[in-house]
Amino acid sequence: MIAPPKPDLVTVNIDGQDIAVPKGTNVIEAARQLGIEIPHYCYHPKLTVSGNCRMCLIEMGTPIMDPATRAPIMDAATGRPKINWIPRPQIGCATNVSPGLHVRTDSPLARECREGVTEFLLINHPLDCPICDQAGECKLQEHSTAYGRGYSRFVEQKNVKPKRTVLGPRVTLDDERCILCSRCVRFSKEVAKDDVLGFVDRGSYSTLTCYPGKQLKNNYSLNTVDICPVGALTSTDFRFKMRVWFLKQTPGIDPESSVGANTEIWSREGAIYRITPRQNDAVNDTWMADSGRALYKQVKAADRLLAPSLDGATTANEMALKAVANLLVGRTGPVRRDDDAASPAHRAGAPYQGSVALVGSGRSSVEEQFLTKKLADALKTSAHLVSRVGPGDRILVSADRNPNVRGALVTGLISKLPAQQLTSLAADIDAGKVKTVVSVGEDLTAAGLSAAQLAKVSVVYLGTHRNATSDAAKVVIPTLTVFEKSGTFVNQQFRLQKFAKAVPGPAGVNDDLITLAELVAAAGGGIIPFELGALWAAIAAEVKPLALVTYASLPATGLLLDATPWAALPFCEGETLHFKPAAAANA
Amino acid sequence: MPYVVERKPLTLSERLYFPQILAGMRVTLKHLFAPNVTMEYPEQRPAIPVGYRGVPTLVKDPHGREKCVSCQLCEFVCPPKAIRITPGEIPADQADRAHVEKAPKEFEIDMLRCIYCGLCQEVCPEEAIFLQNQYSLTGYTRAEMVNDKARLYELGGTLPDRHFKWDKKKSAAEARGHAAH
Repeated sequence: MIAPPKPDLVTVNIDGQDIAVPKGTNVIEAARQLGIEIPHYCYHPKLTVSGNCRMCLIEMGTPIMDPATRAPIMDAATGRPKINWIPRPQIGCATNVSPGLHVRTDSPLARECREGVTEFLLINHPLDCPICDQAGECKLQEHSTAYGRGYSRFVEQKNVKPKRTVLGPRVTLDDERCILCSRCVRFSKEVAKDDVLGFVDRGSYSTLTCYPGKQLKNNYSLNTVDICPVGALTSTDFRFKMRVWFLKQTPGIDPESSVGANTEIWSREGAIYRITPRQNDAVNDTWMADSGRALYKQVKAADRLLAPSLDGATTANEMALKAVANLLVGRTGPVRRDDDAASPAHRAGAPYQGSVALVGSGRSSVEEQFLTKKLADALKTSAHLVSRVGPGDRILVSADRNPNVRGALVTGLISKLPAQQLTSLAADIDAGKVKTVVSVGEDLTAAGLSAAQLAKVSVVYLGTHRNATSDAAKVVIPTLTVFEKSGTFVNQQFRLQKFAKAVPGPAGVNDDLITLAELVAAAGGGIIPFELGALWAAIAAEVKPLALVTYASLPATGLLLDATPWAALPFCEGETLHFKPAAAANA
Repeated sequence: MPYVVERKPLTLSERLYFPQILAGMRVTLKHLFAPNVTMEYPEQRPAIPVGYRGVPTLVKDPHGREKCVSCQLCEFVCPPKAIRITPGEIPADQADRAHVEKAPKEFEIDMLRCIYCGLCQEVCPEEAIFLQNQYSLTGYTRAEMVNDKARLYELGGTLPDRHFKWDKKKSAAEARGHAAH
């Protein structure tokens, strides 16, 4: 027997094993904790229970009580209480645990029930598996393998329904495949708060549809595709693109806002095919916004920067770095191949410090921001940062559209919150104080610098895509997108979360950390490791809040940092899922 | 460990030489009048037995419809990874085959990799890929040895189809459509 349960725990017996679970847990979740899977379609842990698929039927019973003593009657042979089994099966999803509850999940009755449900579901289900995008991750396919009969006894004509109903800009519905579980209906109502889906008609004519005059077009519509247990709701973007068993999954972080939704990046042979949410109950549950799923398209975008350039002409990486090194110490004249940034002769122009301005980014990872800080220190300047603010949707897109402003605070790159416009930098340029501007991935034109101001200075641009700044820059060094590198972000909860490299970067493009480490060396900041393991040792040694962290030991669901040093800052985020702004939380 | 080979001394008939010559001539004469066992390839071609596994090809059904739906199971099962498929959607405006929804945009089999195992044929749920009688495939470049979709259909031709699964599906849909209106 296990130890007596705590007051808020309830001991139940599932398939002969006792387990103590919190009150209010249903049988499916209790069984999951024991490693027993109760098959289900309509039940979803993050949605309300509807209990319409009947797949999770189980047998249950309670100990027989002696009416006189109110104590369970014990079975002399086994020494365990005698159980009064309910003669008919119950659904596991809508059955909450009660003290002494006994459950059989794999009895002949339960199996027979599942086989019956499976046979009924398959009556009208088309044999689309070879062309169905859900094949390979389809619950109906999995449970049919376990509980199907392998052949059909149905001799009548199968139901025919429309195969490509457009529900919204990103979702296409295959009505024939729908098993009417209503997960999508409940999701739209409960999580997306956009009640547009419903069933019409009766019996086998039942069809999922949008309410008249409405479309499934909210920014969370693709979550319905994720939770669809069959291939009925399909992503218009991913439809017929690739079979899921070819795809490799890499953990990522959604970089579109400071929520930092955990994602799974699905790629094959260096090409990303789709992005889906990864469960993190403290951040995004099992959801993510549609806008974050389309971001992978930037990897193969036509305006991607693929080679370094110097004065507008493509050059070798080495020459571009030498040119930057010269700019950082104020050497003029053409770049020579034998320039050596480390030589004393090279540093003859120094001290040039003060005339180089550095623009860091809230889109850079913590590691990149640490190196940017090192670069700022070497140049004896402080970095500017650009804030991006958009409307928050109170779910999983926050007002702060930079994923990692808090990382810049933690690493000490900035000490107060950034503004949306670089007005002080613009004033310095106009005053002639600044001769060179190094931008780590920020479009300076978008941040309020005019073309005339950019023309007055030498711009060094490190970035992924072509823009007005890269066009105006003296030196451009291409960098990697968030999908092509590993790193960490600090989200709005001050949760340090890591993402991994899903696909290799374009040939010849160096990792951002290598480029930044080279710039630090060129600016006289010494040699800093750029490999993540060694770099994290350096970060842990210098950045107090990250003292005990290593990249490798960071848990998949992130690590909550102590936010008190920055509690007084007026962050722009409003309330989102699992997040309350500090001001509101204190009130 | 050394192994001693025993060499028997020659027998009398062997030492006499002529009986051995005659025995040799007998074998020669026998083969001179026996039927040929070799073939004048390439002028003559062997009869290919049923179930022979030649070059993998894509076939069309008797109505000339492309059978492959690009499920990519052959690509998955292929041991030497010779098959490469780019799936594509059949646009809704192609009335005769839009109901199939999916077809390969590109289908390549690298014959330098193919080991003629026949697993692709075995796994195909649509009976669209067959290892047929073609056994001699040559080329001057590596690129020539990669059969693309057009070449695969040219090699495959048309095979009889007993099921017409998609036609049945279409007629069921049409019958239902008439009933509903």
